Amino acid sequence: MSNLFPVTLEGATLRRSGKVLVGPVNLELRAKGVTVVIGPNGAGKTSLLRMMHGIARLGGGSIRWACPPEEARAHQAFVFQQPIMMRRSVLGNLTYPLRLTGTSWSEARDRATQAATEVGLADMLDRPAPYLSGGERQKLALARALITRPELLFLDEPCASLDGRATREIEEILTRAAAAGTRLIMSTHDMGQARRLATEVLFLMNGNIHEHSSAEMFFGGSASPQAQAFLKGDIVE
Amino acid sequence: MEIWSGITEAFWLLVTLDADLVEITLRSLYVTLTALVIASAIALPLGALLAVRRFRARRITIAVLNALMGLPPVVVGLIVYVLLSRSGPFGVLGLLFTPTAMIIAQVIIIVPLIASIAHQALRELWSDYHDLLISMNTTQAQRVQALLWDGRRALLTASLAGFGRAIGEVGAIMVVGGNIDHHTRVLTTAIALETGKGEFALALGLGFVLIAMAIAVNLAIHVIGRTERGGRW
Repeated sequence: MSNLFPVTLEGATLRRSGKVLVGPVNLELRAKGVTVVIGPNGAGKTSLLRMMHGIARLGGGSIRWACPPEEARAHQAFVFQQPIMMRRSVLGNLTYPLRLTGTSWSEARDRATQAATEVGLADMLDRPAPYLSGGERQKLALARALITRPELLFLDEPCASLDGRATREIEEILTRAAAAGTRLIMSTHDMGQARRLATEVLFLMNGNIHEHSSAEMFFGGSASPQAQAFLKGDIVE
Repeated sequence: MEIWSGITEAFWLLVTLDADLVEITLRSLYVTLTALVIASAIALPLGALLAVRRFRARRITIAVLNALMGLPPVVVGLIVYVLLSRSGPFGVLGLLFTPTAMIIAQVIIIVPLIASIAHQALRELWSDYHDLLISMNTTQAQRVQALLWDGRRALLTASLAGFGRAIGEVGAIMVVGGNIDHHTRVLTTAIALETGKGEFALALGLGFVLIAMAIAVNLAIHVIGRTERGGRW
């Protein structure tokens, strides 16, 4: 199924008005697993995800997928830190990405109902999406991102400002998606969440990758001194 | 005094369903609503396109549109007159002094207004949607579509502003329509005429009918817009 990977970043850089937000990044990611991106505020976690997904224009270097870039884009989805709700019903939000690619209305409707059931929004299909609670919004955003069955899903701190229960529900959905073969790349501030979900860790500092290792190694005590300090909750700069 | 007799006059015109009044009221509605539909069909997608698309002349286009909101109707009327007159480039069509000429003039007057307001409203919606729609690989046309559909309530306001400007407009349609009885006379031109003749009561009466009609149309459109779906955003 996965023909996106491996993806190779070579000197990939993102700039805004001359200032480097992230990069130059050299990185190769393989087809399996959950990559968790951690690091202090302003380290460039969001920028890295946006750059890889292609919402932000590359300021230098290259990103090479194993397939043509347009095809790669079509098989990715992105969940934002602040879920973007379209001003439509829950059903309208879920059917939108399907309708874009020409799925028939009745099939889109069936799949949307199915997707809503999977994230526990089945009885809210007709509710206007902007009126949902924070947790419901993020679950809807997640269901909307997964409904096209992307091979790769980016998540930018999907559980920021959510309570424990909503976080657990989101993590369950993510675990299921990962088990079904969706490649996840997510940033988080929650070290507990990072430990629970990660198979691989990217530790970012000052706009660059400071460390790239398996979760076992990273959390098992063989991380660099800065990363150790960050994990302990010390302030790293 | 005058106002009071105007109200009585309007009242009598209405209860007796004065044939002339009904005729010119319907013509007013026909001209303005037709102009509104055409202008909205041009201006709303234009407003959305200006919100979505980044092109070189975008800022200039927006500035020009904003400036054109204050377009003097008489001047528009004059230009349309010159274009449609016998010796003008579109003279062969024989449109001068017809309701069609009035519709053309009104479309020109309200397109910039509707496009400007639509652009303002959709720009905010677009800043909400930007990342999501880019991430979903939407085409330009799909983005415009999404904005027009999800912003429809704000666009209704834009169209209503256009209606308000067109229904009360007199300068342009007087010039290109000519205020010909049973042919191009509408409420506003009739008011101008009666005022000129010194028939203040009748003129006031017509004025109250015009105001009542403008309010009725606004209310009607709002009711339609709201019942169409429960939620409001």
